[in-house]
Amino acid sequence: MSKLTRYPTKTFECWGMAKELRMDIYNKLAQKASGEKDWLVASGGTEGLIGLPAGLGDDYVPFGGEPYGASTGAMGKSQEMMAYCENKGYARDLCGYCRNYLGSAFGDKFSFGGKYPHPDFYFQLHFCDTHGKWYQPAAEFTDSPYFVIDGGAMYRWPKWNESKERKQNKLNYLVQQMHDSIPWMEEVTGREYDDEKLGEAVYNEIMCTSKWAKCCELNKHIPAPMDQKSMYAFYVVHVLRRHTKEAVAFFDSLYDELQDRIAKGIAAVEYERYRLIHNSQPPWYALNMFRYLEDFGVACVGSQYDFMLSGGWDYYYDEDDVARIRAAEPSPDLKQQISTRDGALTALASWYLEYGLQARSFRFPMLERRNIDVAIARDWNCQGAIMHLNRGCEGWAVGQLEVRRALVENGFGVVTYEGNVADPREYDGPRTFARIDAFLESQGLKKIAT
Amino acid sequence: MGAIEKFQEIYENRGDYIRDWKSRNPGSKVLGYFCTYVPEEIAYAGGVLTSRLLGSHEIEDDSAPHIFGMFCPFCRDVLAQGLQGKADYIDGISDGNCCMHLLQAFEAWYLNVRPQPKMIRADVSCTTQTARGVDYLTGELKAFQKDIEEWMDRKITVDDLDHSIDVFNQNRRLLRQVYDLRKADDPPISGLECMYMVVAGQLMDKKEHNQLLEEALVELDGRKLDRETGSRLMLIGSENDDVEFISMIEQKMTMPATVVIDEHCTGTRYFLGEVIPDEDRIAAIASRYLDRTPCPAKDWPKRIRFDRALQLAKEWKVDGAITLQQKFCDPHEIDMPSIRKYLEDNGVPTYFLELDVTVPVGQFSTRVEAFLESLMLDIL
Repeated sequence: MSKLTRYPTKTFECWGMAKELRMDIYNKLAQKASGEKDWLVASGGTEGLIGLPAGLGDDYVPFGGEPYGASTGAMGKSQEMMAYCENKGYARDLCGYCRNYLGSAFGDKFSFGGKYPHPDFYFQLHFCDTHGKWYQPAAEFTDSPYFVIDGGAMYRWPKWNESKERKQNKLNYLVQQMHDSIPWMEEVTGREYDDEKLGEAVYNEIMCTSKWAKCCELNKHIPAPMDQKSMYAFYVVHVLRRHTKEAVAFFDSLYDELQDRIAKGIAAVEYERYRLIHNSQPPWYALNMFRYLEDFGVACVGSQYDFMLSGGWDYYYDEDDVARIRAAEPSPDLKQQISTRDGALTALASWYLEYGLQARSFRFPMLERRNIDVAIARDWNCQGAIMHLNRGCEGWAVGQLEVRRALVENGFGVVTYEGNVADPREYDGPRTFARIDAFLESQGLKKIAT
Repeated sequence: MGAIEKFQEIYENRGDYIRDWKSRNPGSKVLGYFCTYVPEEIAYAGGVLTSRLLGSHEIEDDSAPHIFGMFCPFCRDVLAQGLQGKADYIDGISDGNCCMHLLQAFEAWYLNVRPQPKMIRADVSCTTQTARGVDYLTGELKAFQKDIEEWMDRKITVDDLDHSIDVFNQNRRLLRQVYDLRKADDPPISGLECMYMVVAGQLMDKKEHNQLLEEALVELDGRKLDRETGSRLMLIGSENDDVEFISMIEQKMTMPATVVIDEHCTGTRYFLGEVIPDEDRIAAIASRYLDRTPCPAKDWPKRIRFDRALQLAKEWKVDGAITLQQKFCDPHEIDMPSIRKYLEDNGVPTYFLELDVTVPVGQFSTRVEAFLESLMLDIL
């Protein structure tokens, strides 16, 4: 068994800022719904290109379906929202976030209180099978305009037979669609699009995702400066609003604070002695699992999911042909690139295609995706993994069992539990905790008496 | 054995057919495809037999270590065929950037099935509706052509492409001719026979399939089925080669019914729509794949499929539609309430069933019979 060390711990100083930035979005959406202020709301997925509508004006507020679905789950409101959806005939095994979102729209209920904030238009980037379909019924429900960019023609993983021409074709396809979206947005909103605001949004989006990846890299340190629950609270800032300068400032602050914590030996988990990755989203209504793990001295230090939402990572093979990931570095010419509409769109599209590992993992789900978790487990100094076999999200569940096999083959113990990212009816808490107990016992860990 | 029976035999003994085909075509290769968006014409032009990978509709647990049980029964069943060594005639596999369920089966096949096949991806666009689709897909299919050329170690000429397009277009025309016969008050061919016919075509050399189709058309001239047509049904939904289900409808109900038309990728969605000749052959092929009735997974932001399904229902004068989907398929699940409402608003009653690997015949027959009864009430 690992030696027991007690590390100093401390609440994050930027915690309040993260909370404020998150709630700022939901408060504005509530204002939209109540009629207090008519923000320009575009709703769709948050995993790519949320900065594109920013050229329409400073009053643009993105209403992201996935984080909203997650928050609904965390606030214990899934069953209410899902019932509105299922009563209309939608399947109970449909994406958990999608059911929360559609249920809110159909029931005219906003999980944060009040009525559902019907957006001015729907705007989606598609790379998961559910993405393009999700907002069809939502848009039809209120006869709202809907635009989708096909982001599913992703660059392949290295080594997988992709010529320069093929990559260029994919880049052109994406950039052209992004161009097409701008006159469409102008038409449906009656506004003139401001390319300067687009440039700023693209710059912020790229800087944010890169900086978050750099923050995650700092979690290689023992003891880890960030625990899993804190990571969930932080990454949501770039999920919700990475196109804003406030988000960039937040991640700059977080990065500095993490460095400071490392310098002072401040840990996220007081008795950290065993490190896990948590594969897939958590069951948002059952985050107590992570506190339970801490009772054993176990720190969950990250995963593909919390590292790679919205991009920002470079997957590569090192000189010894070992697959690794590292924070993607924005181009030194970025400021110059974003000075024109085409330059900004090309910069954002390139960033997404090169470093959007989540999207790439969804379209090419097994062959290299297996290596990412192995790379994280190895390079973030983990001993094992806990895997949520997630019935609520096809995208994060594709390839999971092959990831599990790869981890085991590389010497990492894996405990799995079944659940659903948003639907508590598919999660068995006591059974999950019993599996965790058995797994940790097999690793020689018992609860620490405190 | 007549041509119509031959389709069933090929469907049931596909391995025998393909092994025999390989012996008759030395130097050729077989590309197993997971989705109907793989541009078969290009592979065929390179001397490749394209053969769709399907399941067996038998209970299996071979796929369990590789694909989590929340993914559709079809993708798990397909993978199981590879793991069980039932598709050892396959030399390569291709995907068509299809749904994530089948992409898993595709990559798991490559990882785990031995001998390991050549993997030839076709990164088809995820929607068929963007204004940029033709340019993109043309570029991607040209890259796919190069991959086939490398694999086969031969150049694909314009003549090769023209020949292949002709064979495939002929196939589509012949299938359409047979389907048109089903518009008759008493169709000369059952839904089950038609399912065997289309799916056999997905498995076998199209040139040989065309010969069988021509023979079948002769056989169908003046043919009368020894059964009452009864309620005219349409099947709408996801991949469906579930012969047990369709034979249950047509042969095991107390009230007669016949499947006269379908809207799924083992039927009209596969073969309707020809390649329209163009100077740039690959662009012509790309346009065909974008213009065909889309799979729900690629049918956004608008829903093009709905109108086409309704058109089929009207042309084939259906009394009702059974909407079917593979369990866990999100794109179909999102379409389902809307397509049912759309059809019902337009006078086509619907009934919903969910497909799994096997068919619960007892339950389904009770439910379908209740639906047929409701259709009879409408008629009264």
